[in-house]
Amino acid sequence: MTAYAKPLPQITREMAPFWEGARRHELVVQRCRGCGAYRFPARDLCSRCLSREAEWARVSGRGTVFSYAVMHQVYHPGFAAEVPYAVVVVELAEGARLVSNLVGCPLRDVTIGMPVEVVFEEVTPEVTLPKFRPAARR
Amino acid sequence: MAHPLSGAAAIVGLGITPQGRVYGNTPLGFAVDAVQLALADAGLQRGDLDGLLLNPGLAWADMGMGSFQLQQAMGLRDLRLSATMNLGGATACAMIQHAAQAIAAGLATTVACVFSDAPLKPEQPAGERSSSGSAYGFVRGWEAAYGYFGVNAMYALVARRHMHRYGTTQDHLGAVAVAQRRWANLNPAAQMHAQPLTLEDYHRSRWIVEPFHLFDCCLVSNGGLAVIVTGPERARDLRQPPVYIRGMAQGHLGGDPSETLSSGAVLSREPAFRMAGLTLRDVDVVELYDCYSFTVIVTLEDYGFCAKGEGGPFAAENATGPGGRLALNTGGGQLSSFYMWGMTPVSEGVIQVRGAGGRRQVAKHDVALVSGNGGVLSTHSTLVLAREPS
Repeated sequence: MTAYAKPLPQITREMAPFWEGARRHELVVQRCRGCGAYRFPARDLCSRCLSREAEWARVSGRGTVFSYAVMHQVYHPGFAAEVPYAVVVVELAEGARLVSNLVGCPLRDVTIGMPVEVVFEEVTPEVTLPKFRPAARR
Repeated sequence: MAHPLSGAAAIVGLGITPQGRVYGNTPLGFAVDAVQLALADAGLQRGDLDGLLLNPGLAWADMGMGSFQLQQAMGLRDLRLSATMNLGGATACAMIQHAAQAIAAGLATTVACVFSDAPLKPEQPAGERSSSGSAYGFVRGWEAAYGYFGVNAMYALVARRHMHRYGTTQDHLGAVAVAQRRWANLNPAAQMHAQPLTLEDYHRSRWIVEPFHLFDCCLVSNGGLAVIVTGPERARDLRQPPVYIRGMAQGHLGGDPSETLSSGAVLSREPAFRMAGLTLRDVDVVELYDCYSFTVIVTLEDYGFCAKGEGGPFAAENATGPGGRLALNTGGGQLSSFYMWGMTPVSEGVIQVRGAGGRRQVAKHDVALVSGNGGVLSTHSTLVLAREPS
């Protein structure tokens, strides 16, 4: 087995629970204790209510594609074999928007508003990336 | 009664160094060159300067206190105004606003506003350097895991929303690129001066990040650009016709640009034109910040040249190239002339109001609208420039 060639996420203090959840195959997102808003990426301060209190909540993993961009340039050699590929913004049913990738979906089929659901890609023993796949319309 | 700031200062000097793949100079060196060119253009000496505002480009990197470094490098003494400013592409118009305010308040008399950068290295293709999103500090580590890199992609996500919501098409984006190239073909100082571009060429050009082709994205340039701002009394006695600052305002929307799909022009346009005592119908030439073709479409909408969402069809009606209904980005803009952030539209506005545009000169050039935009539609500044002070 060859080594994983793409960049691994920096697991920062703020984002550690997200990556720990992914290793358990759970999508967890930070939620403000002040106003209840879900937010991504994690941060220390809620820009809506300015509360510094937050918790992590498991979410459904369901959402829709809010926007997408198809990357053609190779910015990192780990993506050289993959271009063109789509970067998607997924709007979760709970409200937060995550940047991710789609799996199991040809580029020509990507559309704004398409329903998606989370899948977990174990890329190294330490890191699992939440990604999304097309879901049946509900 | 006229606003006290309207016509209280004028741009009297313009200095543009060679632009593009210009090597062997530093950001500081380009800044010094640009100020010297602007002083010579105005017929002023460096001792006449008592204010210095600097917008440092990417290559200034960790060189803190940039305006002080520039002061020391040029041997400028006894300044009364100095600041290093960064609102991204909105900085240039904002520097000129601060200069005009200081002059009107009697806190300075003659202020140089400067941008310079040197991101290109001889061995690096321009595109690779320009799209290094990490250099802008926007891209956080986790995003790289998903292959999400660079400002091009950040804007592409917003553009895709605009296309989805308003029906903006690839042809609309291409129309902006083609119109601006036609202007650049009339501008000998433009980096793309000698290279025609048709809509077919545009569609054939390689993708950078869909929906952006290569020609939807701004150029990258090494170089410097400076303007000199002074009060109306001194302005009348100098070498160049004064370009009066008639209206100014800023607008920084905050929030998520993929929701607003707007620039801060929605905030700044009304106060800027009210200060100027003018309306959009009085504008003869328009220089809008154009980091991407998409940015032009949004900004046209937000100044009210067309209804919200109709910027694409407006541009595609062939209305903005030479001979069109609206003289827009008449030097070729950042897409086809050179990339000095907000100084690119400022400089072309000055050239047009002076009547110094050569083959690209617009026949009626009493009033120019200039915009600056930074941080993915997040910062915005407006100038209304005019040949007459009131």
